[in-house]
Amino acid sequence: MGGLLPNASTFGPAIDLMFMVVLVVTSIAFVLVEGLLIYFLIRYRGRPGQRAAYVHGNRRLELFWTLGTGLALFSLALYQRGTWAEVKQQLPDENTALVVGISAKQFEWHVTYPGDDGRLDTADDIVAPINVLHLPVDQPVIVRLTAQDVIHSFFIPQFRLKQDAVPGMTIRAWVQATQTGEFEVACAELCGLGHYRMRGQVTVESREAFEAWLAEVKAKQSSGN
Amino acid sequence: MAHAAVSEHHATPTWQGITTVKFAWWLFLASEVMFFAGLIAAYIVLRAGSPDWPIVSEELNVPLVAGNTLILIVSSVTMVQAYAAIEVGDQKKLRNMLLATAALGVIFLSIQGIEWSALLREGVTAQNSLFGASFYTLTGFHGAHVSGGVVGLVFVNLKALRGGYTQAAHEGVELMGLYWHFVDVVWIILFTIIYLI
Amino acid sequence: MTTQAEMTDVAHAPERVAEKSFIRKYVFSTDHKVIGKQFLFSSLFFFVVGGLLALLMRTQLAWPWEEIPVVGSLVYGSSGNILAPEAYPALVTMHGTIMIFFFIIPILSGAFGNFLIPLMIGAKDMAFPRLNLLSYWVMVPAFLVMITGFFVEGGPAAAGWTSYVPLSALPDKIPGSGMGQTLWIISLTLVGSASIMGAINYITTVVMLRAKGMHMFRLPMTVWALFITAILVLMATPVLTSALILIFLDRTIGTHFFSPSGGGQVILWQHLFWFYSHPAVYIMILPAMGMASDIISCFARKPLFGYKPMVFSIMAIAGLGFIVWGHHMFQSGMNPVLGTLFMTSTMMIALPSAIKTFNWLATLWGGQLQLKAPMLNALAFVSTFVIGGLSGVFAAATPVDVFIHDTYWIVGHIHYVLFGGSLFGVFAAIQYWFPKMFGRTMNETWGKVHFVLTFAAFNLVFFPMFILGAYGMPRRIADPYNYNFLAPLQSLNQFMTISAYVLALSQLVLFVNFFYSLFRGQKAVENPWQANTLEWATTSPPPEHNFHTAPMVYRGPYEYSSPEVTEDWLPQSRALDGAGPEKTPTGVAATGAATD
Repeated sequence: MGGLLPNASTFGPAIDLMFMVVLVVTSIAFVLVEGLLIYFLIRYRGRPGQRAAYVHGNRRLELFWTLGTGLALFSLALYQRGTWAEVKQQLPDENTALVVGISAKQFEWHVTYPGDDGRLDTADDIVAPINVLHLPVDQPVIVRLTAQDVIHSFFIPQFRLKQDAVPGMTIRAWVQATQTGEFEVACAELCGLGHYRMRGQVTVESREAFEAWLAEVKAKQSSGN
Repeated sequence: MAHAAVSEHHATPTWQGITTVKFAWWLFLASEVMFFAGLIAAYIVLRAGSPDWPIVSEELNVPLVAGNTLILIVSSVTMVQAYAAIEVGDQKKLRNMLLATAALGVIFLSIQGIEWSALLREGVTAQNSLFGASFYTLTGFHGAHVSGGVVGLVFVNLKALRGGYTQAAHEGVELMGLYWHFVDVVWIILFTIIYLI
Repeated sequence: MTTQAEMTDVAHAPERVAEKSFIRKYVFSTDHKVIGKQFLFSSLFFFVVGGLLALLMRTQLAWPWEEIPVVGSLVYGSSGNILAPEAYPALVTMHGTIMIFFFIIPILSGAFGNFLIPLMIGAKDMAFPRLNLLSYWVMVPAFLVMITGFFVEGGPAAAGWTSYVPLSALPDKIPGSGMGQTLWIISLTLVGSASIMGAINYITTVVMLRAKGMHMFRLPMTVWALFITAILVLMATPVLTSALILIFLDRTIGTHFFSPSGGGQVILWQHLFWFYSHPAVYIMILPAMGMASDIISCFARKPLFGYKPMVFSIMAIAGLGFIVWGHHMFQSGMNPVLGTLFMTSTMMIALPSAIKTFNWLATLWGGQLQLKAPMLNALAFVSTFVIGGLSGVFAAATPVDVFIHDTYWIVGHIHYVLFGGSLFGVFAAIQYWFPKMFGRTMNETWGKVHFVLTFAAFNLVFFPMFILGAYGMPRRIADPYNYNFLAPLQSLNQFMTISAYVLALSQLVLFVNFFYSLFRGQKAVENPWQANTLEWATTSPPPEHNFHTAPMVYRGPYEYSSPEVTEDWLPQSRALDGAGPEKTPTGVAATGAATD
């Protein structure tokens, strides 16, 4: 038990690797510190007739552990910059990626796909059933997040994808799913009484299946369903 | 041990020549600076992020308020004069300068009032305009602090009338002065970021 | 409150004419020791309230929507003894708010700060005793206003202790955002005012009223920590006040500072809030760090290792604490470039805490450890604070934070530093300074029982939170199992909840020990722990003006096992070589050991 859910996105492995790196570094620190603590508790238990060491400090030791820890932290800071940039800044080209509009409201995810013109916010947009999100596998997708009332947060754990949806802002996140299957969207920012049940259903499928589904939704929409 | 010497300080404690009360007063002013810093930071962020911020010279009477700023600066000068007066024991000048400072403060507030009513008449309210809300909030809290200062000046003057300050002991005047200068400096910053920039 | 020991004081102070009335002595007192105790008792009350709220939350997470036995009818009678749907966010909000603003901050700074600072620096009281009185009595309306929130329509504030807008600004978005949220805002404004008054008092007192010979670098770490904390309070709290004013205006007169429809910015709230609230978390840990240093040194019978680095580390934590606030906002929609900046400063702030941890370890090395209750709790502080701090490194790593932000990882992190850190520090401090405060000793055996139970149960409740977080379980959700991917976690949640009940019951041991000892504890000697700091160089409890003669300080606070004397302790105010009136160390024979 424990550990991360298997990741299913292209930047998932990088995030999980970062997690592992931090886990290794912190585990080493943990074992060292707690181990010494326990050892000292036993070794230096007060015994009658003995006197403690009258020592106030040690410059060299201070320097050593300051520099050592500083180096470790500095390395971690440097190491993670690439992944952060990849996840938050290096969005795929909006002309070639699939752009999905997701508007969060209490307590639903409203999903909109571009129609034939390939652009959102036009008359031919396809509105998916509420809380239903389909994505083609192995395809970069830009999620264009908005919020209608309060802050929500769009979170798909297996994709390692999380981005707050903020009223008054249009925020772009991106993901490329690497596995087909059923996943869930959870809301990750307290948004009201129904925060716990703001559940979305994500289906990742082949390009063909996705197009078929989209066409079906579009047909239902135009037939006034 | 007839008189248990529980106090080690027969004189007022000082640190680097500053008394306890004056030290604490500076700390209080520091906290007030941080309070205005929060409001000012909010103002800057809101203005920077607002695409349709009005042109200030069209909404506000810059020359009038520039003059008002001068009035507040002059009131700081009169405050300094009050302090200088009691430093040499001139009670009369102390009281007159305190009065002058208070009067200038009241004039400042009145002109602020004129600004407010002009803006309101133009239909700019705190509710329908972010600029309005920021303006009224910032200047309102500053005005409240000026009002508090005027009340303080009245009390200090009353104490002066009772002969409460001497050449040797007049810390209250100094503290009043520090507060008044603080209020003045805050105004200069507010005037700059609201009216000039 | 003790009366006997203080009554005998009359014989020593012939200049006092009349005995003070009960009201002047215990209710509206200007004596820092009394005010400190007032903060202590109100804080302990709110600890219980906050803890009960947590138990309700844990019950819901283990058995969602099931009837709660016994308590259910008391609290949720109107909804069939089941947690009402709107109750969970309110529980979360009030648990956090009460624990932070009415328990941890007041007990560390209000109770121990007040009681200890004048004593430890050798002063007879705070610089401004009446301001001190005011600061407590401004807290009282704050308490009442916050409690009133539970009884108004719509219930108490329910937008999280973080009160993010628009949820907290728009009354129709959640019931608690009606009157409840308004009361929350008013209450916190009062708390802030009380805090700032206290901070002005503490800073002035430490700078101005130190006894002769008490140079700044002879101050105990407790005082350094409380001093730096007070500076944080002074400079950060007013920014919270400004934020509270802006949201109050949005809610009452219809301004749009945080509302996009009127040109405002939603994220502005988060910036203002966290600018205060990040320093606030250091306000909550630094005093405990200081007290742990003093307690560890005393019970290791060994000087604190690296006193100056320890002091500078506290300064570094405080200073850096002002430039990390954005690490709460990595996923907020804030510019990712800012994210990188805040990540950098956040990684930096881990360093001084690590330095302190190494120095605590080095203090233990070569010591003669007396594993009494205060020491055990101080060591628990170190060990759990380390876990809390290390878990924070994950959150600081921004890509990892994408995953763990707003999950139970964070809940685990905060509780390891706040409960593990601050609260074990409080347990240590209560048992260490109880004799000085009340003139009696607490029971050592029951102290150890409390420690073992609490330490075990605490880890069983909170360590699994990292597992929950790694699994992706979000925070503040009333029913996790509404999500399929979280269904496997119910048994773990149930285990944690049962552990939480054990943890709560374990606190009864401390409370019974505390209150029983208050009335029936063994009378305490002046210095039961054979400690060096000035508070131990006067009676237990101290007389009204703390010291019969103003202390003279000859050395730092950590001269344990000094070669200069045969005892393994050497008080700060003890003169050697006939440098002044020889003050014989007292309490050599009787120690706390008698109550084992």
